[in-house]
Amino acid sequence: MTPDDPIARYALRLGDDALIMGHRLSEWMSRAPFLEEDIALSNVALDFIGRARLFYQYAAQRVGGDTTEDTFAYSRDVRDFTNLLLCELPRGDFAFTICRQFLYDAFALPFTEALSGSSDPQLAAIGSKAVKESRYHLRRSKDWMLRLGDGTEESHQRCQRALDDLWLYTAEMFQSDPLLDDLIARGIAVDTPALHEAWLATVSETLATATLSVPDTDVEVVGGRDGIHTDDLGFLLAELQFMQRAYPGLQW
Amino acid sequence: MAEAQLIPLLPAEEWARRERRRRSPSPELWDLLDEVMDPEIPVISLYELGVLQDVQRHGEAVTLVFTPTYIGCPALGIMEEDARAALAAAGHHEVKVETRLAPAWTTAWLTPEARRKMTEYGVAAPEGRVITCPQCGSHSTQTISEFGSTACKALFRCDDCLEPFDVFKAL
Repeated sequence: MTPDDPIARYALRLGDDALIMGHRLSEWMSRAPFLEEDIALSNVALDFIGRARLFYQYAAQRVGGDTTEDTFAYSRDVRDFTNLLLCELPRGDFAFTICRQFLYDAFALPFTEALSGSSDPQLAAIGSKAVKESRYHLRRSKDWMLRLGDGTEESHQRCQRALDDLWLYTAEMFQSDPLLDDLIARGIAVDTPALHEAWLATVSETLATATLSVPDTDVEVVGGRDGIHTDDLGFLLAELQFMQRAYPGLQW
Repeated sequence: MAEAQLIPLLPAEEWARRERRRRSPSPELWDLLDEVMDPEIPVISLYELGVLQDVQRHGEAVTLVFTPTYIGCPALGIMEEDARAALAAAGHHEVKVETRLAPAWTTAWLTPEARRKMTEYGVAAPEGRVITCPQCGSHSTQTISEFGSTACKALFRCDDCLEPFDVFKAL
């Protein structure tokens, strides 16, 4: 199920990040702290799922044959998914979801900006479309970080706890591997290791304003890009894929 | 001076789009599609919204080029269905819809006409920093949520007439 074509594999990684993040956000539907926030989280979820579709469609086009975007979303098992572990962690409380979103959005904005300059025209087009949404997402999650971090004692504590838990998973965003190195050299993939410094600056600045501390740890949890996931991804896929597994090829 | 002020400042892509329509060998297809409205703001056509980028005819076949507003917008599927239905009603059954992502859609492509219709419908048009209440025209308004009833809208409230209203977000 994993394609040989390196660009298709790269598109799948990006599609997997977006699909899994979008699914986690969609879990908040009807459960958010208040109505406007419920709608906001669902809308951000839609942006991510829309992004996943574009990456999957492109991967499917490169692979050819009967493969479609649905093949990637519904017919692959846990080990075939190559999303960042950060995206699959259970949604936790509201502080956890917002902190995850902030850490990811602060990465996604420079990432999509760089992707829009990819030498691959389709990846560049997706990047230039997504960058506008990422800018909006980051503005929103930054705003929430300030409100929660510099809010009540409880919101501050929950936010700091979430950051401490999430921090171990952030290194994976900037990790390098042979597929990435090859595509970076060809001007196709975003040089993600090079984004770390700017990301840390954005994150540190917001956390300082929000009276939160940057977690002090060197522990890095990685594996997602190699298909080695947390237990939680299996449960997520069980829900996401249930209908297609039970009734293969089902159409609405 | 008064003459010069009449020259509209259009984004280059928007100018190119209008030229495609002006020079199109099939103006009747464009006119036909003027009847297809945005499902969420049903007073604005897909053309006025900037989603309909091009219409090409090759013999019996028609190709439409759409540029999506928001990637995850669920209305896109409806837009495509509605455009197909309008063409089918006029006897065009062989229709292909292509998606063009770049240049990315922007609210800068909305015509003054589209902005006026949108505001009359009750959705404030994106006009920079000051958001005007579509009900009473007050400039004293505040954000309730960055996300309104759809991805393309934010939710505001008027401080004067106290009515909540949707704002079409500048993108």
